[in-house]
Amino acid sequence: MNTMKQFYFAAAALALALAVPALTDASHLNMAILVLMAAQAGIAWNMVGGYAGQVSLGHAAFYGLGAYASTLLLVKFGVNPWIGMLAGGFIAALLSLGFGWSCFRLKGHYFAMATIAVAELVQIFFTEWEYGGAAVGLYVPMDKQGWLWMNFSTKLPYYWLALGLLVITLAANWWIERSYLGYYFRAIKDEPDAARSIGVNIARYKQVALSVSAFFTAAGGSLYAQKELYIDPNSVLSTALSIKMALVSILGGVGTLFGPVVGAVVLTSIEEFTRIAFGGTGRGTDVIIYASLIIVIAVFYPTGLMGWLRSFRERREARAHADRQMAAPSAAVQTLGKEAS
Amino acid sequence: MKLLEVKQVSKQFGGLTANQDVSFSVETGQVVGLIGPNGAGKTTMFNCVAGYFAPTAGSIMLGGRNIAGLPPEACARAGVARTFQIARTFASMTACENVMTAAMLLQHNVAKARKAALKWLAFANLERFADRPAASMTISEQRRLAVARALAIQPRILLMDEVMAGLNPSEVREAVDVVLKIRDRGIACLIVEHVLEGIMPIADKIVVLDRGVKIAEGTPKEVSSDPVVITAYLGD
Repeated sequence: MNTMKQFYFAAAALALALAVPALTDASHLNMAILVLMAAQAGIAWNMVGGYAGQVSLGHAAFYGLGAYASTLLLVKFGVNPWIGMLAGGFIAALLSLGFGWSCFRLKGHYFAMATIAVAELVQIFFTEWEYGGAAVGLYVPMDKQGWLWMNFSTKLPYYWLALGLLVITLAANWWIERSYLGYYFRAIKDEPDAARSIGVNIARYKQVALSVSAFFTAAGGSLYAQKELYIDPNSVLSTALSIKMALVSILGGVGTLFGPVVGAVVLTSIEEFTRIAFGGTGRGTDVIIYASLIIVIAVFYPTGLMGWLRSFRERREARAHADRQMAAPSAAVQTLGKEAS
Repeated sequence: MKLLEVKQVSKQFGGLTANQDVSFSVETGQVVGLIGPNGAGKTTMFNCVAGYFAPTAGSIMLGGRNIAGLPPEACARAGVARTFQIARTFASMTACENVMTAAMLLQHNVAKARKAALKWLAFANLERFADRPAASMTISEQRRLAVARALAIQPRILLMDEVMAGLNPSEVREAVDVVLKIRDRGIACLIVEHVLEGIMPIADKIVVLDRGVKIAEGTPKEVSSDPVVITAYLGD
């Protein structure tokens, strides 16, 4: 997608996002917040998992670190959650060095498996850590409210917060995509050996991708804690959450700027509507239908929904090109015919 | 002046000796062919010079500095560029972006890298493909793209791994032209090659390996009349 088209798409999506609160009731607004938060986490995942091609299934570790960092700082030390969010981002980026050090020596599927293991370790740690609330979790106090303390009794402000964080994350991703980092990440994904042959230190740049990704994932985790007002290891550190971050990107289109946004809209909609329509049976019908739909999308659109859109456009262009090729000789023949007569 | 000096390099994989005490040198602006029958250790030697293998013994001097054992990215910074048997172009990128990524070794600025990349694409006769996806190009075009990409890091020596294998005669001629143009820019070339018809007319020197050791070194004419070389290629 070229810059102008990206700009128009972003402008249209932003206009829609600004209009959403005026068009929906409280329960749908909550769903819209979930979409924005899923998109933000998906974009953060996409930096390392999509652009640099290092498929992590352990990103919940960073999400949880962000959620726990800001909440613990607030509960134990009274630190403002805005500062807590930044601190959480930096802590996650710092700890991603250990994450990368242990996992990046492996490639492909083995890398993905190692990331699951590391995230499990983090989850077990927080489940056992008494000071951090252990399995019971932590409540975010509601005594200080308002924008200064990122704490509200209504949903609407969280919508704006989620939208703001999404826009910042998108902007960062957009900048990275266009800078030399974006080129290096794609080179590492396409052909790591060739990337090394042109002087790219692939170990360093994989780590750069992971650290930036960890920072933004953790920021999303902090926002989650402030919105839900309660976190426990299961809600912010589970493998299911890691997989969801990857899924949002993969369904939407890995390594594309807006892929995770599209993926988040589709995935969260399917998730919520199947829950509403089939969740009451108590037999997990909603989860079965949700999973089946994901399989259908994965089978028919292996390059993601953005990839499907692109191939659709390429086919149309190829057809237009073929038409011109066909038209040219026949025009020539007609001219010749006129000359002959 | 000796640009690259391979001194007594040996490489063992466990109990298997791929190279034994191999020495040769490449001078500035020279085209040197590294040939030999299958399994002679050409590619191993090549990978030692490019940093993909660390030699078990010996030294590899580039402009007086020992680069033996340095990782590939450090070799690239020192001035060693390489191509691969299969082109290994970045498939998600256009031809221009492929070369830009390499040009970014010298400066991270994207606009400047694009300018430099267009220059190298023109050098390899690929300017008309600049904004085409690399994956849509033919094998021979992709190989030339890989050469343009390697040149964009402005190396002192370019190592080429079987650039001519599997090409038709007119494509071989194009590849030969590119090699000559590279030499004219003062960049030395070390070429591992199976297609002797392609390499013999353009090489200043040929190094022949067989079963891991150097069996001959000299001008193409000397080497091709050397009985030891003929025996190695054709058997007793």
